[in-house]
Amino acid sequence: MSLLKVTIDNHTIEVPAGTTILQAARLIGKEVAPPAMCYYTKLATSGGYCRTCLVKVSKGSEKDPRPMPKLVASCRTTVMDGMEVQNFTSPEVIEARKGVVEFLLINHPLDCPVCDQAGECHLQDLSYENGRSYSRYEFERRTFDKIDIGDKIKLHMTRCILCYRCVKVADQLTPGRGHGVINRGDVSEISTYIEHAVDNEFSGNMIDVCPVGALTDRTFRFKSRVWFLKPMDAHRDCDKCSGKAVVWKYGNDIYRVTGRKDQWGEVDEWICNTCRYDKKDAKDWTVEGPRKIEKTSVISQNHYEAGTKFVASPETLPVKQLS
Amino acid sequence: MSRKLLLTHDNVPNLHTIDVYRSKGGYASVEKALKKMTPEEIVEEVKKSGLRGRGGAGFPTGMKWSFLAKPEGVPRYLVCNADESEPGTFKDRYLMERNPHLLIEGMITSSFALGANTSYIYIRGEYFYVSRILETAIAEAYAKGWLGKNILGTGYNLDLYVQVGAGAYICGEETALLESLEGKRGNPRIKPPFPAIAGLYGCPTVVNNVETIAAVVPIVNDGGDEYAKIGIGRSTGTKLISASGNINKPGVYEIEMGVPVEEFIFSDQYCGGIANGKRMKACVPGGSSVPILPDYLVCKTATGEDRLMTYESLSDGGFATGSMLGSGGFIVYDEHQCVVRNTWNFSRFYHHESCGQCSPCREGTGWMERVLHRLEKGMGNMNDIDLLVELAKKIEGNTICPLGDAAAWPVAAAIKHFRHEFEYHVLYPEKVKDSKHGHKEPIMPVKPAPVMA
Amino acid sequence: MSAHAHGTQHFDETKRANIKFSAEALTTIENLMKRYPEGKSKSALLPVLHVAQAESEGWLSAEVMDYVAELMGIQSIEVFEVASFYSMYNLRPIGKCQLEVCRTSSCWARGAEDVVDYISKKLNIKEGETTTDGMFTLKTVECLGSCGSAPMLQCGAEYHENLTEAKIDALIDRYRSEGTRKNYTDLNYTNSK
Repeated sequence: MSLLKVTIDNHTIEVPAGTTILQAARLIGKEVAPPAMCYYTKLATSGGYCRTCLVKVSKGSEKDPRPMPKLVASCRTTVMDGMEVQNFTSPEVIEARKGVVEFLLINHPLDCPVCDQAGECHLQDLSYENGRSYSRYEFERRTFDKIDIGDKIKLHMTRCILCYRCVKVADQLTPGRGHGVINRGDVSEISTYIEHAVDNEFSGNMIDVCPVGALTDRTFRFKSRVWFLKPMDAHRDCDKCSGKAVVWKYGNDIYRVTGRKDQWGEVDEWICNTCRYDKKDAKDWTVEGPRKIEKTSVISQNHYEAGTKFVASPETLPVKQLS
Repeated sequence: MSRKLLLTHDNVPNLHTIDVYRSKGGYASVEKALKKMTPEEIVEEVKKSGLRGRGGAGFPTGMKWSFLAKPEGVPRYLVCNADESEPGTFKDRYLMERNPHLLIEGMITSSFALGANTSYIYIRGEYFYVSRILETAIAEAYAKGWLGKNILGTGYNLDLYVQVGAGAYICGEETALLESLEGKRGNPRIKPPFPAIAGLYGCPTVVNNVETIAAVVPIVNDGGDEYAKIGIGRSTGTKLISASGNINKPGVYEIEMGVPVEEFIFSDQYCGGIANGKRMKACVPGGSSVPILPDYLVCKTATGEDRLMTYESLSDGGFATGSMLGSGGFIVYDEHQCVVRNTWNFSRFYHHESCGQCSPCREGTGWMERVLHRLEKGMGNMNDIDLLVELAKKIEGNTICPLGDAAAWPVAAAIKHFRHEFEYHVLYPEKVKDSKHGHKEPIMPVKPAPVMA
Repeated sequence: MSAHAHGTQHFDETKRANIKFSAEALTTIENLMKRYPEGKSKSALLPVLHVAQAESEGWLSAEVMDYVAELMGIQSIEVFEVASFYSMYNLRPIGKCQLEVCRTSSCWARGAEDVVDYISKKLNIKEGETTTDGMFTLKTVECLGSCGSAPMLQCGAEYHENLTEAKIDALIDRYRSEGTRKNYTDLNYTNSK
């Protein structure tokens, strides 16, 4: 198959037909890859909703060099041969993205200090990079009651950005979807509508795909800040899934189990609920070694990785560790 | 007297029955199309006619038809968009109610041209009674052999169904309509693929407005060239205009493209002037989504030329001094109407109708509405006006479907042309406290026309 | 805000077990589902929900929606998702006659606010409320495509256009004397002018 040439922020790469701009950008690397809050490589039909990955196509293709009239969602636009794309190099894109982030935040509670997702929240990262330091929204924020969808997952709808990823997990990984999006417009919500436990072998993956703290693991909630834990690659023999996971340890105790996420925050392989919720004993797992965490991540402050140079000083030590 | 093609017989009693319709030459286009023409020839006539989509976007219909993919063994669909929900627009309801067989005839001829054997008319739920009128007419057409198997002995089969919606403006967007027709939430799809490649049930589909499909009937009967003789430039044929607001004679008018706007508003043949002897303050010429025009830009363009009822003339000057023909929802406001309150009204509409899929529209439309509400009540500040301009800019062009644009444009245009009125609401809050302040005295004198550069 | 329900709704198994639509409604539903290609009968969901609403005193309870899901062979969440999206489905009980007054621009410019005020005073209810006798609900809605005959309101299938106080008085009197529920699906109305 012939390859198509695409240039993103002055980096050129050749990719197979059918590749999206976002995928091509990720192949080049972090310096050109747009942020993505709703797109998820392993979930078919995901993407297009959040609009954070908007980019400018300044040249449509070699054949038809006209620029595209509007910014496009890079996660849902496929590459054409000779296409030229601007992401971080386009002030228009940066402005639009700032707008999107502001929209995503106007009804978000910004309760990071009490949110379990803090430290691994994509919205947190996104607003750190593109948000303002204050809100211009002066009206009452939209709130919802927290509900349990089954005994393992807490749904805190107020934090949700309606990325639809959990709905697609339920559609594509589980036998019958029990939750979805109800109502419309800015009162849309993820809901089961009637009291209904979302409970099947792979439902726990909804937690892993959630980019914010809307779906959290009830077996882990409020147990610890993620940056106090040491994520270790580990595996076990499992008859339901690959058994390849990350165990988050504090000392010898396993506080939680998640899927292994790549540098874009997407899980490599789905794990089953047994691995996630029921195997919290160190004996259950064969630990492969520490997980590589990027230096910029707050999780890396725990400096467990061999070779990392870190001189502890009273200022940089965690103020208080949870026991 | 202006030529009529769609509303020729609309005052004939019992036109909605097949016998009366036939007696006026009804179903001739089906006979001609199925017996004497190939599908390609019909598409060619539609191309020649210059007909453009009457739902609002104005995309050339013949071109849309020619994009339809035709893979072997895959059904193709024609879906009629009768979801008419754009505020200010009611022409399709009028047409379907008075003359349901014209739409059915157009559906048969068009379905044949596109190679569709099952077609749907998706009608907004509020028009439930109109769906009954259509269903009765469809039953008549089946009984007389215009629908069903082997129509006119030509071997062509067509089933036609009416599907009712249930209250959602967004279903007027063609991919949201298809989702709704499939029994789902009316969430617009992310394009590409376009319906011409993957539409209803993933099959190639054409979605056309009621008036567009009805216009195919005279085009096939008289030929595309004949149709193209009416109108000016790329605005050919006739257009149904829904006239409403503070005019003497609200209603549906079929006009030849190119009628001067001034004549349309003030002559007795059409709107009959502004009601109650008042002055015109503003006009929204193409449905709520299009930019509002202040009185001095309604009948004349910024360069002083006569504004005409055509796609081109109404958009002359771009968004700086022009608007759009849109769906032909022509709303006129008199000097007693408050533009701020009207803008809030539109904004509330889009907030209510946003599907909620993508973030700029979901969050932005509500934000704009709240700011406008505050301003309208005299509780806003000057920064609010600039905030609105900025929010509109942040929504426009950044959403999945055009609803975001539709929500942003009216706000941006109202502030552009009537900024003084927004400022008045900030400066004199006590004068705008009463929600009906505009009705008692003109809230602001109609602004004199500025000198154009 | 619209009549949409938030949070988790109560679900009554006994109520659910006792739901039964009329034979006529069931036939209608069966026929509606036949209008679509094989395997695509979910397409009938919107029209089926209109029938279901007319069968269930004008509103869709969680139990009724679950019943519809069973009739159509789909997941109940698919019904909840759809029913809560569209504004014509009532997810709360309403009066026998729901007066839906259009409030969008053209109607507004011709006195829609006065119509709402008048009905509100006459029936002694606010927007979104139902009279104590369960006869009338007052609701404001967005554009109903009757801008040229503004102001207007819809009740069931009926459009009442070019409203005046006298016309409102007359229609309320008529509805009261008829005493029947007005549904969108009512057959005998053709708005013949």
